[in-house]
Amino acid sequence: MYHRLQVSPKTGVRDARGEETQERIQRYLGISTDRVQVRDVYSLFADLTADQAAEIATCCSNPVLQTTESTDVSFDWLIAVGYLPGVTDNVSRTLRRVIRDAIGRPLREDEEVYSSVEYLISGPGLSRESVATMATDLLANALIQSVAIRNASEWREQGPHQNRPRYDASDVEEGASVEIDLTGDDAQLQAISDKNTLALTLAEMKAIRDYFSGQKSERRALDLPTNPTDCELEILAQTWSEHCKHKIFDAIIHYRDDAGNEQTVDGCFPTFIRAATFEIGEDIDWLVSVFHDNAGVVRFNDTLNLVYKAETHNSPSALDPYGGAMTGIVGVNRDPMGTGLGADLTLNVWGYCFGSPATPAEDVPESLFHPARLRDCVHHGVIDGGNQSGIPYAIGWEYFDPRYLGKPLVFCGTVGTLPRTINGQASEDKSILPGDFVVMAGGQIGKDGIHGATFSSEELHGSSPSQAVQIGDPITQKMLADFLYVARDRGLFRFITDNGAGGLSSSIGEMATQCGGACLELSNAPLKYVGLRPWEILLSEAQERMSFAVPPEDWDELKALADSYEVEISNIGVFTDDGWFDIRYEDERIARIELEFMHKGYPRLEIPAVWAPPQHDEPTTLDQDPSQALLDLLARDNITSGETHARQYDHEVKGLSVIKPYVGIDNNVASDAVVSMLEPLTTEGVILAAAVLPRYSDIDTYHMTASVIDLAVRRTIAVGGEMGRIAGLDNFCWPDPVESPKTPDGAYKAAQLVRSNQALYDYCKAYGVPCISGKDSMKNDSTRGGRKISIPPTLLFSTITPMADITRSVTLDVKRARDLVYVVGATLPELGGSEYLAMQGYTGNAVPKVDADEAIRTYQAMAKATAAGLCRSIHTPALGGLAVALAKSAIGGQLGIEADLSLVPTAGDLDLNGLLFSETNSRFVVTVCPDNWQKFEALFEADQAVACIGKVTRDPALVLHHRGSPEVELNLAELTAAYTRGPEA
Amino acid sequence: MAKCLIITGYGLNCERETQAAFEHCGAQVSLLHFNQLLARPETLQEHDILTFIGGFSFGDHLGAGVAFANKVRHQLGEALDSYVAGGRLVLGICNGMQVITRLGLLPASDGQTGEPQAAMARNDNDRFRDDWVTVRANPESPCVFTRGLDSLALPIRHGEGKFTVASQDVLDRIIAQGQICLQYCDPESGEPTEEFPDNPNGSPLGIAGVCDPTGRILGMMPHPEAYLSPYNHPHWTRQKLNGVLPAEGLGVAIFRNAVDFVG
Repeated sequence: MYHRLQVSPKTGVRDARGEETQERIQRYLGISTDRVQVRDVYSLFADLTADQAAEIATCCSNPVLQTTESTDVSFDWLIAVGYLPGVTDNVSRTLRRVIRDAIGRPLREDEEVYSSVEYLISGPGLSRESVATMATDLLANALIQSVAIRNASEWREQGPHQNRPRYDASDVEEGASVEIDLTGDDAQLQAISDKNTLALTLAEMKAIRDYFSGQKSERRALDLPTNPTDCELEILAQTWSEHCKHKIFDAIIHYRDDAGNEQTVDGCFPTFIRAATFEIGEDIDWLVSVFHDNAGVVRFNDTLNLVYKAETHNSPSALDPYGGAMTGIVGVNRDPMGTGLGADLTLNVWGYCFGSPATPAEDVPESLFHPARLRDCVHHGVIDGGNQSGIPYAIGWEYFDPRYLGKPLVFCGTVGTLPRTINGQASEDKSILPGDFVVMAGGQIGKDGIHGATFSSEELHGSSPSQAVQIGDPITQKMLADFLYVARDRGLFRFITDNGAGGLSSSIGEMATQCGGACLELSNAPLKYVGLRPWEILLSEAQERMSFAVPPEDWDELKALADSYEVEISNIGVFTDDGWFDIRYEDERIARIELEFMHKGYPRLEIPAVWAPPQHDEPTTLDQDPSQALLDLLARDNITSGETHARQYDHEVKGLSVIKPYVGIDNNVASDAVVSMLEPLTTEGVILAAAVLPRYSDIDTYHMTASVIDLAVRRTIAVGGEMGRIAGLDNFCWPDPVESPKTPDGAYKAAQLVRSNQALYDYCKAYGVPCISGKDSMKNDSTRGGRKISIPPTLLFSTITPMADITRSVTLDVKRARDLVYVVGATLPELGGSEYLAMQGYTGNAVPKVDADEAIRTYQAMAKATAAGLCRSIHTPALGGLAVALAKSAIGGQLGIEADLSLVPTAGDLDLNGLLFSETNSRFVVTVCPDNWQKFEALFEADQAVACIGKVTRDPALVLHHRGSPEVELNLAELTAAYTRGPEA
Repeated sequence: MAKCLIITGYGLNCERETQAAFEHCGAQVSLLHFNQLLARPETLQEHDILTFIGGFSFGDHLGAGVAFANKVRHQLGEALDSYVAGGRLVLGICNGMQVITRLGLLPASDGQTGEPQAAMARNDNDRFRDDWVTVRANPESPCVFTRGLDSLALPIRHGEGKFTVASQDVLDRIIAQGQICLQYCDPESGEPTEEFPDNPNGSPLGIAGVCDPTGRILGMMPHPEAYLSPYNHPHWTRQKLNGVLPAEGLGVAIFRNAVDFVG
């Protein structure tokens, strides 16, 4: 029976959600309304008595704030937003639990519960069209949500809209599997790949065809078809996807530089990244586990190891920014959870690249989200995902460039801690024995995220599949986490890994290599609804699931524990050692592939790479007033504070935060790096830092890469870190670098990739910073309406550094008047790629480079200075150069700075703009108590570039002299207003 | 030794730091998943301090604390009633405050605990906010937890923290009975405020924490368990320079008061 349960704000109680919605309709769409009211509607199709329905109504509302009466509210238009069939509806999931408690029995599978939201809108002259715009452009995402619109008279005549998105399983094909005919010609083979979102190349399709045609007799004996089944083809497409096998980072690249020198790179990953880490690893003893598990592991102290992983979730976030971004954070949480025997989650990080929120609507490619809305939804998704998981956010950042319009980048990362030993065993070691059960725990399987791995291995196009989007459920995952740490400490499993891209096919397919095989019975897997094809069960990327290898003797205890934590758990097969990945559905064999072929049978990619340095226009005259230029820079999207958004992220849960993402007297200046304890009431901690500098890629990705590594390292030094224990994470986001008719400049983009990797090797080695984990996303292009947009090559370099004594941390805000202001490190004429030139419409050519030897000397001296407590503030210039750094330090301390730019240590010819805005690497702005200047200067050798350029003043102004005249004169109020202005929403 | 019970599960998440807080003050702490407690509800009576911790029980779907409060009411109601009747302490922090107001344990201004008399509404700006605020303790309050406290900085992080009463009578009574034990205040003047951001949610009179008429049940939105270390404070580097860095985080006092009271 149908029960409509309507929960509205009570008369007299402020409808904050309605007011906020009204405000957003005005801000994003420019539509004025008189009033917007918002109410929740729960649609129950269940056998309930009237008393039971009334009790449920009581249980899902708050009588002080809300009413469940069908009050007669006036409105002009009503928009009802529900979910499409099969889309994750977290509220209804909670409601089913509430109903179970309220009526004393769980609802049956055939009893349905759905949530929806109704917006009641009043205003003169609102047309159906403008109301529809509110629905499609703001309140709902048509890819995952349904919309019903009624005006007041329709509502009176027709009554409420009935929200019942039941999943219709009537058109599911019969049979557990179907044979896919691969005997056709090349065009037919390619068509099969394209039509099914397999993202397989012709060469790969041929390799698959040849493999199966070589096994005809054996397959016939096992009752399998000659051609592969749909399930087998899907397994191979997923396993061989760029997302899972990183084929471009493994490709043979024929590289030619601008001097005509040729080099064959036998895989960028082994040649540069892994080689650097392994070579560094020979000299250090704190690398515990790198590259082979879900996240990298390094030593922290005698009892704990550190685990860190960062990922992107770009394609799903482009299609469903809220759900895709939420899945980004809860998905990367599962990497540390599945590392070693399962790490506890400690800190989250986020970072996004978007088109400017101020982009004119007509510049946004068709059917893509406007960056302002996209940004808003991405923030909300990651906020909800992390906050609800109870994991504090450490670092967060945003970077804006028009080339992210086609594809936003959504980076999420998680730090975990792993006790060094668990039940007497080294926690990073895990194994699987033949005979262990294949166990899956967590959420149920639905159609969500089918083809996620392959779809994200393609460029984004108009017909990208909606099913590729998953919606996270942080609470189900938190309950799973609560359970798994108890199971871990009781020793109830031998191996754990997460279910991410590729679902069970990927997780069990990889686990099977540990022991030499696995046999699955898919009919034992729990489903959200009937109607999934067996291959879909295997490939689904439904969230909140972990896979385990469980010794048979521990299964009963593990199952009982899961039941008591209300975690769904299923035994879906057994690990073997016969060399095969063997999949069955209701005892019928639907896939059987040798692990060797599955993981190594694909033809290796070979791509050309040709480096030709670009030449950009140099500005002829730059005559903007330097004071105005500084104010304009402080308000730039890429420099501005961004505190308002950041405050919606929980930074404080767990009580470990020491140096926060925002510092200064008014807590509104973005910190260089953050410091956190790992356990309450201790003084040991970690420093997290991150850097992206995508615009430098327009000149040379070699120096872009050197610069991001240097920036992350010097940010670590700036808060009190030291060299020697810094570990790195590399996240490459690139446009497609494979030359093709769609990508005629592929050889240049491939050369950019090689050069970036060369620098990564050179500078990681020089700094002794091993990369412990990384990820790449290689098809960040979008073609819509005949227009192709490729992102600038973007490398996020993140670092994690143990800090023995967090009480020595330093913040960037100046502390006391009369303190001396030092600049450490020479400034060079390096305006190329700078924020300053970008503001003037130029790229330039003199990109900042890194002198590693000199930088290391600087960092070692700075570490001594902080260890000795000599620095009252330290800030490292990045975008906007020295001028922005001085301004931020002054804003943070709400004190003035008076300095003479003529005293800044330089190398090369610098004009005033260069002194102020050059983004030369490896520099610091430091304030020192006047009593300590000799001790501070004594830490540097005579040939090092260090100079006192001025002092902190009580006069609230930034005054910068150059050759005797004051060139910049700005008061703190102006500086603060510019820095905290935008882009907010 | 004071025995403290912390209930976990269903998306609650502040168990570790809350445990650290009580242990730091010398209490013995049991962390129990709600279902473990249900298996032996009499365990509740063996404890002196029951804490409903912060977090996102059931994701705050259906409203903050609503789903978990109903679970407690349906499945632990009698045991909780007899625990409270025994005069022992209850602390609800953030999501915990949302839960115990929904349960009607707070403010119970007429001594009746059945029906809710107040609720934590959405913040006025409808946004979750993470910040540090200054709260002032009410010296006239019977609250056990805030005894001897003056004003202190604490972190807040919530989206539904605006204290909203069912009627003016309730507000009048809680004022008269000194139940408003913590108020957001302007750090300069020290006076209670309704102005954002010093008051993050628009709570009337700057209400940040409320106790029952006996003072033994406290609900508060700020997180004292996230200020155990002096190095948690956003300005600790400055405090250190100025010689005013406290020896321990100021949040500890709330837990110490509770432990000393039952001790």
